[in-house]
Amino acid sequence: MTALLEMKDLKVRVEDNEILHGLTLTVNPGEVHAIMGPNGSGKSTLSHVIAGKPGYEVTDGQILFRGEDLLEMEPDERAAKGLFLAFQYPVEIPGVTTWNFLHTALNAQRKARGESQLSSPEFLKKVREVAKSLNIPQDMLKRGVNVGFSGGEKKRNEILQMALFEPAVCILDEMDSGLDIDALRIAADGVNALRSPDRAMVVITHYQRLLNYIIPDFVHVMSKGRVVKSGGKDLALELEASGYTQFEDAA
Amino acid sequence: MNLVLAKNETGRAVSDSFAVARDRLPGAGKVAEARSAAFEAYERTGLPHRRIEDWKYTDLRALMREVLPLADAPDAAALKRAAAAVKLQAINGARALVLVDGVFVPKLSEVGGLEKGLTIRTLRDVLETGEAALPAQLFSPDNDNPMVALNSAMITDGVVIEIADGVVLKQPLQIIHVASAPAAVAMFTRSLLRLGKDAGATLVESYIAADGTTAYQAHDSLVVAIGDNSRLDHVRLVEDSRDAFNISSAVVTLGAYAHFNTFGMTSGAAVSRYQATIAFAGEHSGVETNGVNLLDGRQHADTTLFMDHAVPHCASREVFRAVVDDRAHSVFQGRIIVRPDAQKTDAKMMTRALLLSDEAEANNKPELEIFSDDVTCGHGTTTGALDESLLFYMRARGLPEKEAQALLIQAFVGEAIGSVVNDDLRELAIAATQRWLEARR
Repeated sequence: MTALLEMKDLKVRVEDNEILHGLTLTVNPGEVHAIMGPNGSGKSTLSHVIAGKPGYEVTDGQILFRGEDLLEMEPDERAAKGLFLAFQYPVEIPGVTTWNFLHTALNAQRKARGESQLSSPEFLKKVREVAKSLNIPQDMLKRGVNVGFSGGEKKRNEILQMALFEPAVCILDEMDSGLDIDALRIAADGVNALRSPDRAMVVITHYQRLLNYIIPDFVHVMSKGRVVKSGGKDLALELEASGYTQFEDAA
Repeated sequence: MNLVLAKNETGRAVSDSFAVARDRLPGAGKVAEARSAAFEAYERTGLPHRRIEDWKYTDLRALMREVLPLADAPDAAALKRAAAAVKLQAINGARALVLVDGVFVPKLSEVGGLEKGLTIRTLRDVLETGEAALPAQLFSPDNDNPMVALNSAMITDGVVIEIADGVVLKQPLQIIHVASAPAAVAMFTRSLLRLGKDAGATLVESYIAADGTTAYQAHDSLVVAIGDNSRLDHVRLVEDSRDAFNISSAVVTLGAYAHFNTFGMTSGAAVSRYQATIAFAGEHSGVETNGVNLLDGRQHADTTLFMDHAVPHCASREVFRAVVDDRAHSVFQGRIIVRPDAQKTDAKMMTRALLLSDEAEANNKPELEIFSDDVTCGHGTTTGALDESLLFYMRARGLPEKEAQALLIQAFVGEAIGSVVNDDLRELAIAATQRWLEARR
């Protein structure tokens, strides 16, 4: 079985600072991995590098997506291959309706994969089904992307996209930030509905709370740009009790 | 015949050349006198240059260098090429009025079945028919502006449209300027539109080129008088050939309770300048003037607006957007004057430029001159690049870079296009944006 996502001894710098100092992690189909760690441990950097955000320099190591070199691909190619990053802070795009954005993006991905384009009625049908399953009102689709959305609506919009694009690997970057407990539950339910034997998820979070709703198969603790401890879901509870301090010394 | 070269460059007696051209220009008597006066006014400066404040960013001596010889009337081959070009640009349901190489062509136009209260004549007819029929506004544009003066001196044709009191035209009018001559020539046109009281009309002006043109110059002007309680919706689309020059002026006067909604889009021509003067002559009138420049390569496009609030209780809005790629250069100059009696004026202007390359350039020059104390006026201007965080978000969703840019550009110009009230005209502007974006992919 080929791993979906493999990071091998990944070293990344931003300007003159090395943020990741040799990170290794393998994600197989069907698995849910949680990456936890204190602020500044490199969690968000990892998600950005995987998605291809400009401004990060990979100085050593590699990232493989189904055995292919991910770092050679443009961000849009990565998306078309089946990689999805749910943003910690989804941006607002005034003047571009959610509907138009999603339709254009989905067709761009399909085109890159050599699949047929979805007509407006076909797309409408698909997006309506998905929106309904996530309790997203149609009205939201007509508004500018994330414009005037509450924190919860923005995160639900991320999950809507995840459901629509049907990626193989989902990276959820601090999905719980800015959400109250009800919004968190709705978002987590959306994510759980997408769990499948073919799909893997990497849940990046600072707090254990999210992991009560999205139960991971593996938990990794990051500190100072490395994975310093890996374990099962109980590791998250252990961390909640004892904090990150122990690992800061270990790193 | 190489006429009207800038005096300081040629050092020759330019007026001799004008005398040669004059024989071919329609109209005698008062028309000829007006031409001579206008040409003298033009000669005092010649082609405007950067030391003239109003032309600081658009130095025609450097950009255009000379005024080309007057175009010949189109031959059969030129008309055939023009017909093909018109076919692509004509709006469904609009009354096409087609000028080819500066000559009105009835065969390509829709001249029959005029709605009641609508009269259309050619400028040539009006100029040749004699003095009594000459509309007062015909030579009204200001000879202080050298390019207006040159246009006044050289006009050969155009359309003169009159809409009677109480008549609201159902069918939009579309004046299509087609360049078709394969030689480097200049055309000089002027059109007039007069709306009586309680009237309404929709006017589209399109500037296009047939296949095979060579760096031509289109010199055009539009004189508009909007009567009391009348409304004009206006769209102009400059899609001239990429090596062409388009120097156009508009002079618009509004009566009381009148409304003027105008939208301009420039995506064509190597060098273009659109200078519009809009004057409020009656109270309680409103103007929205919006524009979009979509430029790349080495294009240069200048929009210069002068909003003259001479009377109280009028409102004006200017929304302008420029998208500038490669080494292109966009210029927006917007001057609003609120004269001493124009209390309760409400005038606002917002201009934004989006630079898509490091070498792209935009000059935004808003000016407010306020001589009365009870007014609401404001202006704002921004210049920037596409937001990288938005681009990354869109690309992370699978949009290739150019497609992500295209969506953001559409959104950016959308604010200006959105102000076009007429659905068909707005669609036209959206389609013109699409064409530009497709070409850049």
